[in-house]
Formats: sequence, C-alpha cells, structure tokens
Amino acid sequence: MAKYLLLKHYRGAPKAVNDVPMDQWTEDEISAHVQYMRDFADKINATGEYVDSQALAQEGTWVRFDGEGKPPVTDGPFAETKDLIAGYMIIDVDSYERALELAGELSAAPGKDGKPIHEWLELRPYYGSAPTITE
Amino acid sequence: MDEALLRSLTPAVLGILVRRGADFAAAEDAVQDALVEAIRVWPADPPRDPKGWLVTAAWRKFIDATRAETARKRREDLIDAEPAPGPAQDSDDTLQLYFLCAHPSLTPSSAVALTLRAVGGLTTRQIAQAYLVPEATMAQRISRAKKTIGDVRFDQPGDVATVLRVLYLVFNEGYSGDVDLAAEAIRLTRQLAAAIGHPEVSGLLALMLLHHARRASRIAADGSLVALAVQDRRKWDTTLIAEGVEILQAALAKDQLGEFQAQAAIAALHADAPAAEETDWVQIVEWYDELAALTDSPVVRLNRAVAVGEADGARAGLKALAELDDSLPRYTAVAAYLHERDGDLRTAARLYVEAAEKASNLAEREYLTRQAARLNRKGPPHSGE
Repeated sequence: MAKYLLLKHYRGAPKAVNDVPMDQWTEDEISAHVQYMRDFADKINATGEYVDSQALAQEGTWVRFDGEGKPPVTDGPFAETKDLIAGYMIIDVDSYERALELAGELSAAPGKDGKPIHEWLELRPYYGSAPTITE
Repeated sequence: MDEALLRSLTPAVLGILVRRGADFAAAEDAVQDALVEAIRVWPADPPRDPKGWLVTAAWRKFIDATRAETARKRREDLIDAEPAPGPAQDSDDTLQLYFLCAHPSLTPSSAVALTLRAVGGLTTRQIAQAYLVPEATMAQRISRAKKTIGDVRFDQPGDVATVLRVLYLVFNEGYSGDVDLAAEAIRLTRQLAAAIGHPEVSGLLALMLLHHARRASRIAADGSLVALAVQDRRKWDTTLIAEGVEILQAALAKDQLGEFQAQAAIAALHADAPAAEETDWVQIVEWYDELAALTDSPVVRLNRAVAVGEADGARAGLKALAELDDSLPRYTAVAAYLHERDGDLRTAARLYVEAAEKASNLAEREYLTRQAARLNRKGPPHSGE
C-alpha cells in the first residue's frame, strides 16, 4: 500500500531505445500507441491500483511572489529548461517491485514500427503516513 | 444513531446470510446495501431489534439481487421461500469472516480493504477516503478480492496470525480522512478477541491500546512528531494504559509468548515510567532479545540498539548498531541519535541530515531536519532528549 508517481518527460529523460518522434509514425502506429495507454489504465483500474493520470501541455509559466500588494511576477517559458514533464500517472500498489513492474509495462508502449519505445519513466515514491508503532 | 453499534452487527448478519446459503460475495454486497439503508432510515425510525432488522433487510436485498440476476440469466424465478435462520453461531461466524477476509491468497491491501468492509461494515467510500484513492479504485480492489476468495469454503479454518497482520496494518496507518483507522483497528481486534481466546490476539490488542493511549502527546500543535522521551506524559490516557496492561498480563500468564505480546510488553514498560529518565531500559533490552528470538527481524535489532544505548550507554548502542546492515530503514536516524548521546554533535548533525533525506514519510523527515537544525544552531548537547 504505497503510492508512486510515474513521470513521463518531454525533455530531460535519458534517450529511449526506439526514439522516433510521433510525427514520423504512421497513423495506425499512433492509434496503437493510444490504445495501449488506454488499455493499461483500464487494466490497473480493474486491479484497484489506479489513482490518477493526466497529460500536461508543453507550455508553462514560472511564477513567484513579488511582495505585498503587488501582482505575482511571471517569467518564461524558457526553451532551455532541461526538464519538462509531459504527464503523470499515480498508482497505489503493494510493493516497490509491483511499481517497477507496472512502470516497465507502461514503458513498453508501442512506437515506430509497432515496436516498444522503451521510454525512460521516472518512478517517485510518495511519502507515506508516519507509522504509529516504531519503537 | 450509533454508527459503531450498527457496524458491529455486520459480521453476524453476514454470517447468517452465508449460513442460509447465500454465497459470500453476494451476501457481502447485500449486507453493505442494508447498512446504507439503515444509515438512511434509522435516525427517523429506529428499529426495536436492530440485528433482526438488518438480517431481514439484507436477506431481501440478496433475494432481489439474485432474482434480478436469475431473471437476466434464465428468465425464471428459482427462489421462493425464505429459509429458516440458521442456529445462532455469531462468534463462530465472526471468526470465519476474519479468516476469509485475511486469506493468504489476498494481497495485504486487498485483505485490508475487504476486512474493513465485510467485517468492519465501512462503506467503500469511507475506505477509499481513508486510503486516499478514488472510490472506483477501492470498489475494484474489493470486488477483485471477493473473486480471489470465491472458492474458499466459509467454514475453512484459518491462521490467526494472518488476521493479526491485517489488523496491525490498519492500526499502523493511523489517521487520515474521516475514518479513524486506529480506532477501527482497535474495535475489530476487540471483536476478534471476544470470538477467540488467543494470547497473541490479546497481545496485539494490548499493543494497540498502549500506543493509542499516547496519541494526544505524539503530535504537537503544529503537527510535528514528538519523540517519546519528550512527550507530555500527563496527556497519556491512563484508562487505556491500565486496560492494555491488564489484557497483556492475562495473555502473558498463558505462557505462550509471541511477537505482539513482546511488543506490548515493551510499550507497557514505556507507559509505566512516570518520566523518561525512569524508563526501565534494562528490562526493555531483555524484551527486545525475546522479540529478536521470535521474529529474527532486523528492525527489532535496530530498536534494540537504541535500547542498549539507553541501558548501557551510547558506546554500547553504537557497538550493537555496527553489527547491523546500514541499509536498514531508519538505521541512519538511530546512528545520528546515538552519536548525539555520545557527544559527537558534528557527526550527529551530519547523520540527521542524511537520515532526513532517507525518511519514508514527511513527519519523520521534518523531525530529523529539526534535530539537525537544533545541533547546527548550538554546540552543547541537549539534555531533554
């Protein structure tokens, strides 16, 4: 019973094995990819391990407090930002091993030529609740 | 309406349906529906016989569901007469339900969810909120769990140890959302103790009560963790402590020591000390030795190193720690603490920072970071901890 965040990156992840951008796939290959993602979400929904998933737009804005009574300062987007998150999935699983297994499966989504992308996903554990009994 | 009373009737009602021939999965759904109806109807129209009301309502729900199912499948009505209620075997039924819901074929999270619903009478929504997952996800987890145990006979004897592990997990999750899981775990363990006289069930119940007694002092007003040594002991619930100690003593008298009794004995020794300095660490070390012999758990030996540090001095604690694997969770936190006790504040501060980075929960990370900040701010050792 632990939650993990699976992060997919636009930029910043190590290079995938089958690293061909989607605009160079056939339409069928794109459909197969989308279907795979949908099936994966359905599957872990049925096993009671799905919490949430979202895709994020490429553009983003940096924002910070600029002092009392003043509107927040905004900046960016910065094209040179090394790390850019594309989306996430949150899972609730029994073990770290199970989280790895699911992440591996998600990374096998088909890309160019219907072959797995072998995309690098970042797996980040949630902080759990502090156990009552420790001593 | 007393919702806890209503929920305490769940296992008996479910047991009656199963004894009348309903299969477990369908009966469990029917009881859940009946509970939801009771919550709606009872406040305005309380029944004279709550249990009888629930049995009738649940049986009707079961028949309706079965009829609908049968009609769909075969377009004919198979069920007519309501069978006579089986003999009153409430406590046996309750016990069987615990075994079934903690069946070894279930994953821990499934066993926890099913136990809270079928034995605890919590709704899927409440369980989902407690574990911070969507209701649909929790519903799938429960329905899958019911499928997994679909072929297990209801009257098959089970292992009480698996049930205790499930209840321990529920208790240790503590408190999140609307449902007080710790209180729920205590209620379910009490109910189990009433159904079976087993020293380890009593041991676990005592352990829970003794820890629950300290709850008000464990968390400061700002939400931060308060270490046992500096807790305000006046806030400890002496009634719960007395009850826990009494249950533990009766269990120990049966002379069948188990890990929960040993853990409870340690908690009782802490509860017994009017001030942290008066803690009987020598006896605590002896109990950790017992516990290590029973479980062979590295976590136990880590805690033992802390106790040795208190009983025989920080050097002895560090020596005990050196024999353990430094990749254990909380190893670095223990090392930091023992180095501080040994007067090596520089090392302690560095290790506290490292331990904070490795913490598995936010409260612990903040606690460890505060310890590092405290040592970095002032040189001399702190007497209070």
